[in-house]
Amino acid sequence: MLRVIAVLIAALFFAGARPAAAADAVNPDADFKAFRDYFTKKFPKVPLNDFVNGPYSMDAGLRKQWEAIEDFPPYDFAVDRGKDMFATPFKNGKTYGDCFPNKGIGVRQDYPYFDLKTGEVITLELALNRCRETNGEAPYSYLKDEMASLTAYMAFTSRGKPFDIKIPNDPRARVAYENGAKYFYSQRGQLNFSCASCHVQSAGEHIRTEVLAPALGILAAMPIYRSEWGGMGTISRRFVTCNSQVRGVPLEPQDENYRDVEYYLSYMANGLPISGPGARP
Amino acid sequence: MRLFAAVIGFVCFAAVTQAASTQSDFDAALAGALAAEKDAGALKNQWTTTEQALAAAKKAAAAGDFDAAVKQAKLAEALAKASIAQAKEQDTAWKAGVIH
Amino acid sequence: MASTIRVRAIASGDVTEVQALVQHPMDSGFVKDAQGNLIPPHHIEVVDFQHAGKTVFTALWGPAVAKDPYIKFSFKGGQKGDDISVSWVDNKGDSDSLTAKIS
Repeated sequence: MLRVIAVLIAALFFAGARPAAAADAVNPDADFKAFRDYFTKKFPKVPLNDFVNGPYSMDAGLRKQWEAIEDFPPYDFAVDRGKDMFATPFKNGKTYGDCFPNKGIGVRQDYPYFDLKTGEVITLELALNRCRETNGEAPYSYLKDEMASLTAYMAFTSRGKPFDIKIPNDPRARVAYENGAKYFYSQRGQLNFSCASCHVQSAGEHIRTEVLAPALGILAAMPIYRSEWGGMGTISRRFVTCNSQVRGVPLEPQDENYRDVEYYLSYMANGLPISGPGARP
Repeated sequence: MRLFAAVIGFVCFAAVTQAASTQSDFDAALAGALAAEKDAGALKNQWTTTEQALAAAKKAAAAGDFDAAVKQAKLAEALAKASIAQAKEQDTAWKAGVIH
Repeated sequence: MASTIRVRAIASGDVTEVQALVQHPMDSGFVKDAQGNLIPPHHIEVVDFQHAGKTVFTALWGPAVAKDPYIKFSFKGGQKGDDISVSWVDNKGDSDSLTAKIS
C-alpha cells in the first residue's frame, strides 16, 4: 500500500503536476517582485545593486581577484575599438550614432525594447546589425569581435545607469515577455537543465570550478571578457554556449527565443545599474 | 547433452540470423533518425548528442561498418525522440519552476 | 594604429608600482584550430621596462603565458613625471613599444 502511494507521488512529481493556476494572466509586475524577493531573501548580505556583479557578489575570494583585474581591465581594448568604430563613418557617410537615440551614447540600459511597428523584440546587437544593413554594410557575427567591441563601448557609456525596460500595453509584447519567461524556465538539452536550474536554484554555488551568477541582473555586465574564452563575448555568445553546455543544439544567434529571454531577464533587472563591459573567469 | 547441444545450436542460429546489417538497413535507420531529428528541430529542441550519433552513423556507413552504423542511427533516433518528449513535456511543465 | 601596450606607473615614496596589459594572441603552438591543424606558435619572448636609461624589469616569456598578458611589479626609484618605457618582441620578430609618464 505504502509502495503504491510512493509510486503515485513519484509519478506526480515527474509529471510536473502542480495545482495549475487558473488561466495564468501574464503579470510582469508580480513576477518582478517575486523574482527580486527570491534573491534578496536568499542572499540577505548582498546589497541590491551588487547582484549585477554576478559571481563576485557570491564569493569573496573571487571578488578580490576581480578587484585586482578591474585595476587594468582586459576589456579595455574592446572599448577602445568600439569607440573607434563609432567614430568611423560607413561607406555612405552615416555613422552608428545616426541609428540610435542620443547618438548611441548612454542608451544601452533601454535595450531590449518591444517594437510595436514590427511586433518583435529589438536587442542592442540586433539594432547594431540592422543599422549596418540599412547603411549598406555587411552584418557582423553576433558572437564576438566587432559586435563585442561595439556593445562594450555602448555599455561603457551607460555604466551606472539603471535598466529601464518597458513592456508596452500590447498583447504581442506580453506574449514576447511570457515566451522569454518560458524559455528561461524550460529544461533543455540532454542534461535537462533550464537557465533557472543554475542561475536560480544554484546561484552562488559551484559548477566545477565556476561560481554560478544569480539570474538577477545577470545581463548587466555584458558583453564580457571571459578568461575561459580568452576574449570578448556578447549576450548571443553566452546564450549559444549555455545551450551547448547542457548538450542542447544552440539556436541561431538573435533567434526569437533568445531575444525574448533577453527581454525577460532585462525587465527583471529594471532599476539595477549597467556594470558592463565586464570581466569574468 | 542433446538439450545442451540444441540450446547452443539455437543460440548460434539466432546469432547467425542476426545477420550483418546492410546498406538498406542503414538507409532505413538513418531515415528514421533524420525524421525524428527534424521534428525535434521544429520544436527548437535538438540535442548535441543526437547530432554526434548521426555523424558517427554516417561515418561508420561510409566505412562499410553497417552494424555500427545502424546502432548509431537507432541511438540517434532514440535521442531525438527523447528530446521531442522533453520539449512537449516542458511546454507546460516549465511553469512548475517559476519563482512565485 | 592603436598600441598593444597599456601601462600605468604610480610613484609612492621611493617605490614605483608598474602595471601593464599587453595585447597579444600568445599562441603556444600546441593548440589546434577547428580544422585540426596546429596553430603555429606566436608569443612574446622578451618584455623590457626601462627607466632613466636602465632596465628595471625584464620578462622572458614563452608558450606558457596566456593571451593578453598582464604584468605588475615595483621598482625602487622613479618619480612623478619621469618616463617609463615598455617594449616587447615576439618569436616572429614583431615588436611594439610605448613610453608613459609615471604619475
